[in-house]
Amino acid sequence: MNLRRLFAIVVKELRQLRRDKLTFAMIVGIPTMQLLLFGYAINMDIRHLPAAILDQAHTAQSRQIVAAIAQTQVLDFDYRLRTPQDLDELLRQGRISAAVVVPPDFERRLIQAGTDERDRPPLQIVVDGSDQTVQQAVRQLAALPLKPLLDPTASAPPANVEIVNFYNPSRRAPVNTVPGLIGVILTMTMVLFTAMALVRERERGNLEFLIATPVSPTELTVGKVLPFVGIGLVQVTLVLLLGVAIFRVPIHGRLIDVYVASLVFIVASLALGVFLSTLAKSQFQAMQLAFFTFLPQILLSGFMFPYAGMPKPAQWLAEIFPMTHFMRLIRGILLRAATLADLWPDLAALGVFIVVMLGIAIARTRKRLD
Amino acid sequence: MPSAPSALPAFGHLPLQAGEGKTAAIVARGLTRTFGKVTAVDHINLTVARAQVYGFLGPNGSGKSTTIRMLCGLLLPSAGTIDVLGYKIPQQAEALKRRIGYMTQKFSLYDDLTVRENLEFVAAVHELDRAQSGTRVAELLDLYWLGDQRDQLAGTLSGGQKQRLALAAAVLHKPELLLLDEPTSAVDPQSRREFWDSLFALTDAGTTILVSTHYMDEAERCHRLAILDRGHLVADGTPHELEDALPGQVLLIDCANPRAAQDALAHLPGISATAQIGASLRVLGDDSADLQSRIVANLRTAGIDARVETTRPNLEDVFVAATRGATSADRHA
Repeated sequence: MNLRRLFAIVVKELRQLRRDKLTFAMIVGIPTMQLLLFGYAINMDIRHLPAAILDQAHTAQSRQIVAAIAQTQVLDFDYRLRTPQDLDELLRQGRISAAVVVPPDFERRLIQAGTDERDRPPLQIVVDGSDQTVQQAVRQLAALPLKPLLDPTASAPPANVEIVNFYNPSRRAPVNTVPGLIGVILTMTMVLFTAMALVRERERGNLEFLIATPVSPTELTVGKVLPFVGIGLVQVTLVLLLGVAIFRVPIHGRLIDVYVASLVFIVASLALGVFLSTLAKSQFQAMQLAFFTFLPQILLSGFMFPYAGMPKPAQWLAEIFPMTHFMRLIRGILLRAATLADLWPDLAALGVFIVVMLGIAIARTRKRLD
Repeated sequence: MPSAPSALPAFGHLPLQAGEGKTAAIVARGLTRTFGKVTAVDHINLTVARAQVYGFLGPNGSGKSTTIRMLCGLLLPSAGTIDVLGYKIPQQAEALKRRIGYMTQKFSLYDDLTVRENLEFVAAVHELDRAQSGTRVAELLDLYWLGDQRDQLAGTLSGGQKQRLALAAAVLHKPELLLLDEPTSAVDPQSRREFWDSLFALTDAGTTILVSTHYMDEAERCHRLAILDRGHLVADGTPHELEDALPGQVLLIDCANPRAAQDALAHLPGISATAQIGASLRVLGDDSADLQSRIVANLRTAGIDARVETTRPNLEDVFVAATRGATSADRHA
């Protein structure tokens, strides 16, 4: 490897990048946009679901209980219904996610509640089960103690299990999503940019000139990929700054660990991009391949759905993806103040991934046209 | 990374070793390349002397590009041996790459870099240090009239300017051998003339040039010429030799209606090709002594009054005869 040549390729790449307005905008735009989108949109603590109330009792107590439910802010009662048929229709049309039904004999049922096992429950909440998260949000209303609501003197039933929430006591979703987002954004941009940058050279015919010069494939690959390492670190910084400033995401661990983990992950993503570039014949193909690897990563890495909840084969598959390991690393460091030493298996897994990907890529690269 | 022999200087010419000057720049024997079932280049024998412009003339798809790519090690030959500047190709291709310049058919520098940035990049690729790079780039900008465009993006250059830039990049490291693949295909005639002047300046300085083209006027300017047709080398010699060696005769027919005359002669035995040149018809015929009289008689029956005279063959006649020969052979087969 000749350093003068390597440096020349890096400089050339940066100059081209500076003139490529779209890519340049994507480097800053994708992290910012995704952070705001995911930060605000992904919220498992759901409130203000559109709902209807079907009060067939029409008593002071029934109104009181409806007011109490409204106070939890989980449901917004946009509709007051007269018949169960109306309820069916609104639910089917998707205008409401839930409905509270107060039966005509509400008070009698409430008084009898708990005295006889065959009793019918005093209150019914109908939920749109087509959305799992809505289902879960409404389920918490089932735990609402009804009697104390009506009679302040009655004592609340003692809780049997106390849940102590470490690391995210206020249960704010961005605290979980933002660290993971660093992984999503890096995967998206790093894999895509490198795969496309390397294929572009071939597609535009530059490669035919280059391979007739003393440039080696390693110099070319490393030189083209190096600028993206810097860009990746800029993106990490951007997401961290915005995450801390806008979503008050804590950085409990050491900042240096955050950057080392990110750096290793960036290199792993670049290695994947380099590998994909050896498969693709055009920039369009490179883009398709990048998205093909992106989707399973985002779904199985634990960013969206908990790793522990996945079936075994999905977990094995997830272990291959660099993003799975980075999710554990970055959440561990940022939220649990874990050190790299605590998380070494994931760091090692990324290392193995890098070696394997680059190995295959280099073996597939020839300095010839055929 | 493959490395060159240690004695090789990074920049400039190698001193010729004893006897090396007399040997040819390129010697290829039985050179063949197949792509699947298609044979793009079929057992070509080639010898290119040093400090000459050697032309590859041939229609599209005749194997010009494939041959050039094999000669500089970009494609593996399916069969045959190649010796370029004393290097065995493809085995020693990496060492050769420091001593050749290659100009691709399609502009292959970076559209989104300026003229100067492109040349500086190429200089660095050839391991020139900063000082050397600065002088050499300035020299080339001046030599190829690119001074005014130095800070212009290469993608916005005209066809002629792009081609001068590509040539500047190909000769930046002062290669001994220059391989040019249809360098003038997107260039106006004035720029082409200037381009060829530059090529002769290079051969005067000792550079060997292999250039492919499908322009007759360019082919005529080559020291030596090979005509390729469907992967075969069908003729090889100086333009004059090729013209003199053309079998048969070339006739010029002056008549009122050359198009009608062309139709009338289409199936006359002994005529291999006809082409209208303005108000006259150029006919490529065999050696038969009565060809002229048969033509006149044939035209008279068609009601065309014509004057027929022999003329000296030009390179286009040679080209047509050489590439037609295979076609008629195919027909007979």
